[in-house]
Amino acid sequence: MAARKGSASGAKAGANVSADELKSYYRDMLLIRRFEEKAGQLYGMGLIGGFCHLYIGQEAVVVGLEAAAKEGDKRVTSYRDHGHMLACGMDPKGVMAELTGREGGYSKGKGGSMHMFSKEKHFYGGHGIVGAQVPIGAGLAFSDKYKGNDNVTFAYFGDGAANQGQVAETYNMAQLWDLPVVFVIENNQYAMGTSVQRATKSPDFYERGVAYGIQGEEVDGMDVLAVKAAGEKAVAHCRAGKGPYILEIKTYRYRGHSMSDPAKYRTREEVQKIREERDAIEHVRQLLLTGKHASEDELKDIDKEIKGIVNEAADFAKESPEPALEELWTDIYTDVAPQNA
Amino acid sequence: MLDQPTNERRLTIARAMAEAMQQEMQRDPTVFLMGEDIGGFGGIFGNTRGLFEEFGKERVRDTPISETGFISAAVGAAMDGMRPVVELMFVDFFGVCFDAIYNQMAKNTYFSGGNASVPMVLMTSTGGGYSDAGQHSQCLYGTFAHLPGMKVVSPSNAYDAKGLMTAAVRDDNPVIYMFHKGLQGMGWLSTEPGATVNTPESDYSVEIGKAKVVREGRDVTLVGLAMGVHNALKAADRLAEEGVSAEVVDLVSLVPLDRETVINSVAKTGRLIVVDEDYHSYGVSGEIIATVTEHDISKLKASPARVTYPDVPIPYARHMEQLCLPNPDKIIAAYRKM
Repeated sequence: MAARKGSASGAKAGANVSADELKSYYRDMLLIRRFEEKAGQLYGMGLIGGFCHLYIGQEAVVVGLEAAAKEGDKRVTSYRDHGHMLACGMDPKGVMAELTGREGGYSKGKGGSMHMFSKEKHFYGGHGIVGAQVPIGAGLAFSDKYKGNDNVTFAYFGDGAANQGQVAETYNMAQLWDLPVVFVIENNQYAMGTSVQRATKSPDFYERGVAYGIQGEEVDGMDVLAVKAAGEKAVAHCRAGKGPYILEIKTYRYRGHSMSDPAKYRTREEVQKIREERDAIEHVRQLLLTGKHASEDELKDIDKEIKGIVNEAADFAKESPEPALEELWTDIYTDVAPQNA
Repeated sequence: MLDQPTNERRLTIARAMAEAMQQEMQRDPTVFLMGEDIGGFGGIFGNTRGLFEEFGKERVRDTPISETGFISAAVGAAMDGMRPVVELMFVDFFGVCFDAIYNQMAKNTYFSGGNASVPMVLMTSTGGGYSDAGQHSQCLYGTFAHLPGMKVVSPSNAYDAKGLMTAAVRDDNPVIYMFHKGLQGMGWLSTEPGATVNTPESDYSVEIGKAKVVREGRDVTLVGLAMGVHNALKAADRLAEEGVSAEVVDLVSLVPLDRETVINSVAKTGRLIVVDEDYHSYGVSGEIIATVTEHDISKLKASPARVTYPDVPIPYARHMEQLCLPNPDKIIAAYRKM
């Protein structure tokens, strides 16, 4: 069967994860959440402009998949990108300073929340147009296949982007050319304010590859171990030269689509219920405590460490100078000035 | 007429483009091609002929009809250090894939603060005159040149076609390479003989961003690109019979635009006519005139004029289309009004 409904594979996988690994997932997810909370605060203070799309609630997706990745693997995503950057090891200071539009930001303040890149960490954006990163991801995978290495590209997109035409084009091309790309659908159930049910009669996105011959499966995105296990399977498929793989990861975003969100499309109770019953960080916390892999004190130390990193990032983002105005005219072309400079 | 090295080898633009790509692919393994029917078919405009046979299907890659998909894939591959050359068969098809071009290809260098560059070539056919109607005949020079972040070139002859392709492949920026179908030298399409010129066998670059004075004159400057250059040269020949000395400037590149060469020419002649097969309004012709008038309007002895395509969708009927296209008669008429 090409497409598979999610299973309890995560619980079983838990047995194969060491206490240190589990702690590192806890730490990485917590870093994203605290970073995003801080970004929300800075936005409220007017230090961050434009749209700012927070990743709170979805942390297990990127942390689980990064646990399945190796050095050299690539990632590309949409505008809800802060979590992906932190998870692949980019510097929180550089990310936060880009949010505040400062010289020390990853794009020198010229990209902002939606546009950051790090070739060093194999992170290829940060893209503002819904779905546009999906064929770019196929191209990254093409490049690796052409060069003959065994790297894999994770092309992340949401349930909203899954309805974009270019995703269908990319599925066809990626399977035709056996590209080593994992299509990661982060199904947080809302495309801005439009629920999946209001956008499609075919809500099982993991099945959409069947028409192209691409295997897919549904994954519990609130369980980091289930995500990791599914990621390992998908990555093994790609590395073996079998072409692309689809993971539809069921997740949930606690905050609004961006900072301007009337929150009228779902109830407060719905959000509250998932936070209380399904939270991915709390899940790992309980695994650590009940399995006696970590003590309350150890977890407090992690909390403290994360708080320090986030505060340091925020301070850097406030103190880093605004970019020099001459920067306006650079990086448009690699060699020449723009037309009317 | 054109200031080029003398040798005996005359190529069509199609052959010249293919030869440049062939040499670049031999030189650099990161260069590969993608497009619809560019492989065994050889490209419907002949510009990839022979490459599939030499380099195989991995490097000369036929694609599904998915322009957004494969142009964006080229963006991804380019950001990872490859040098893709992709073909958008007709420029008119930009409507199905412009996001990949102007939002991704053109902006990622800037949005990354220079961390990621996008060294790729997008080659695409332009131009009408053969009754193919308005979804297969446009030039759209202004549409592409308007948007920052990409270079835009369009050759008028095979010598420039080869050198520009070589330069485009080696350029670290995205380059839109627009080739006019009426200059291509295809058997099935009427062609301008003046585009088939001596072309050296060895590899060479033609500088992107440098215009060429292809005919010197004193009385009026005719500025054009691609097919417009040939119309201007024919008009210049006829004006010469009347004792009028016309200078012809081939822009070669729209981005960067060599404003200096245009300004210097008009400073000498005092009169400016822009020949542009793209639509009249908001385009190349207006940009060239503004360049001259903004710089020093006192150099002009007469109001500048433009010979362009009217602001109508391109019709199928031959006599209607021909009525709209720039030609030497219209250029001469514009001069007489000055």
